[in-house]
Amino acid sequence: MTHLLEINNLDVKFDTDEGRITAIDNVSLTLDQGKVLGIVGESGSGKSVTAKSIMQLNPGNTIYNDNAEIIIDDENVLKFTSKNDLKKIRGGKVSMIFQEPMASFAPAIKIGSQMVEQLMIHKPLDKNEAKNISIDMLNRVGIADAEKRFNQYAFELSGGMRQRAMIAMALSTMPKLLLADEPTTALDVTIQAQVINLMKDIIKEYNMGVIFITHDLGVIAQVADDVAVMYLGSVVEQGPVNEILKNPMHPYTKGLINALPDINNLDAPLTPIPGNIPSPLDRPSGCVFRTRCPHASKEGKEANIDMGLVEIKPGHWLDKCGVDCGKV
Amino acid sequence: MWCRLWESMSENIVSVNNLSVSFDYQENFLSKKQKIKAVNNINIKIKKGSFFGLVGESGSGKTTLGRAILGANKISNGNVIFHDDERDFDLTSINSKEMKEYRKKAQLIFQDPYAALSPRMTVRDIIAEPLEVMKITNSREETDERVRDIASKCRLNLEHLRRFPHAFSGGQRQRISIARALVSNPKFIVADESVAALDVSIQADILNLLKQLQNELNLTYLFISHDLSVVAHVCDIVAVMYLGHIVEMAPSRELFSNPRHPYTKALLSSIPSIDPENKSRAIELEGEIPSAMNPPSGCVFRTRCPHASKDGKEANIEMGLVEVSPEHWVDRCGVNCA
Repeated sequence: MTHLLEINNLDVKFDTDEGRITAIDNVSLTLDQGKVLGIVGESGSGKSVTAKSIMQLNPGNTIYNDNAEIIIDDENVLKFTSKNDLKKIRGGKVSMIFQEPMASFAPAIKIGSQMVEQLMIHKPLDKNEAKNISIDMLNRVGIADAEKRFNQYAFELSGGMRQRAMIAMALSTMPKLLLADEPTTALDVTIQAQVINLMKDIIKEYNMGVIFITHDLGVIAQVADDVAVMYLGSVVEQGPVNEILKNPMHPYTKGLINALPDINNLDAPLTPIPGNIPSPLDRPSGCVFRTRCPHASKEGKEANIDMGLVEIKPGHWLDKCGVDCGKV
Repeated sequence: MWCRLWESMSENIVSVNNLSVSFDYQENFLSKKQKIKAVNNINIKIKKGSFFGLVGESGSGKTTLGRAILGANKISNGNVIFHDDERDFDLTSINSKEMKEYRKKAQLIFQDPYAALSPRMTVRDIIAEPLEVMKITNSREETDERVRDIASKCRLNLEHLRRFPHAFSGGQRQRISIARALVSNPKFIVADESVAALDVSIQADILNLLKQLQNELNLTYLFISHDLSVVAHVCDIVAVMYLGHIVEMAPSRELFSNPRHPYTKALLSSIPSIDPENKSRAIELEGEIPSAMNPPSGCVFRTRCPHASKDGKEANIEMGLVEVSPEHWVDRCGVNCA
């Protein structure tokens, strides 16, 4: 069976003034139609860079490795060079929703014009058809007075409304794959609940594949089918969301869960993960988590380990180093 | 009620009585001036040594209330009294000399540790600045000693004092902000969304640090946050704000195990559960928080309330807290509709 999206052995490096930094190290992911893959991790873990690689939105100083593949519909996105090829991906087969909806809309162009413009680029529609589809989409995502909103500017809409409009715009081209990069992080909890419910319904209705990026494990638990936990550019644990959150094996996944204040268990102490996330400029050799790992050995043998996922249970993948240290 | 208040008065550090704060607003220079009531008739007492939580969504007036208590916003109505050991500060009638004195006692920790620290000052200078501005210390040696003392209490590496903020991560920067707030030896701290910009693994560390410093230095906190699970974990008493009003206030365990107001209930159910099997959908509130420019009359929550009556009788209700069980206060309208 072919997957909707297949990422194989992806390395992403950035050339900066301070040297070449590794943003993504040997990441492989697959996603099937109708499924939601959650990517969770802290800032600097490479969640967004992964998503941007799929859209080829990384800046000019980005270096991909030669044997990396990002396959959508049997085509390797990384080999696309012409604008026309990229157009098939960006906004065509793949749409993206960003964290800050205010920054994603052009401030001086009406929301409606922006929706119509991108629709006409990707679909053979005339202006009126595109307008009708856009208004219909705005209605679908629960925006009251869609026709009025169509003629408004982004600043006239509230945060939740803007995020809905963003979702409407992303979905109007009927993408096969939706990349949602922290779509609810900037929203208040009650609005977040509305947007999550909306996204769940839409994912079901359109049977899309979704990559849902967030730092919030609670949101992941509610929307994702599978989850990949990332740390400093590497996937350290991956599997069905139920398995990973109920039976976490990697010390980093465990640490994330223990650091989270749980409203149902107020007596549990908050356990921070010791230390700080290392700068990508001095990424630890071997196991990237070893500088903060409670199980790290004194002699530092983790520095010479090769990272890589192994399947410890059907569907549950864990980094090699995490397999051994968890047992101790 | 009043006699209980009198009894506890002695141990309160801050009393807020019927406080309202409004701002003037003019859309453009031709239009009429309007008043926006950001905070409306608030009554709270903050006990000495407590960790007082204030939760609510954006636009609910949390920050305005916190700033009014610090004397950073003009008080339109009511008063705020800070009870120090020897004397009281009444923030409505405070003069600039007393204000300087008050600033030493009450301090603020900001949300964004990236914006709060000047990139051109060393960590030592950042922490020492309040001491110099308030003329608390007399010599450089004394200042250095105070800086080193508070820096080590905030678990900062003393060798880092000579560096500039850009060299530090978010968690370390927030520890620098905390040290700066605490260096004048204040008794009362307003922490406004102080962990909101941090990653979870670091957030837990900062929360533990705040707790530990509270015990060591005998501090009282007003902890402002939009994150209910954080508030539930650290605060002793929690007030829930909506559109400038407190709609519910109770000791935190009581509030989270037995919420009474429909807004509190909706907020609690909106927190996404980390248990994937717990797929209960949140109590979905219709629409969004109304603009403070024209808040609903009567019960401010009625436009989104799942229990609002068809005949709209809530529009004529006067808001106000009633005590439903010891120390558990709920807005009148919320008691009946639930």
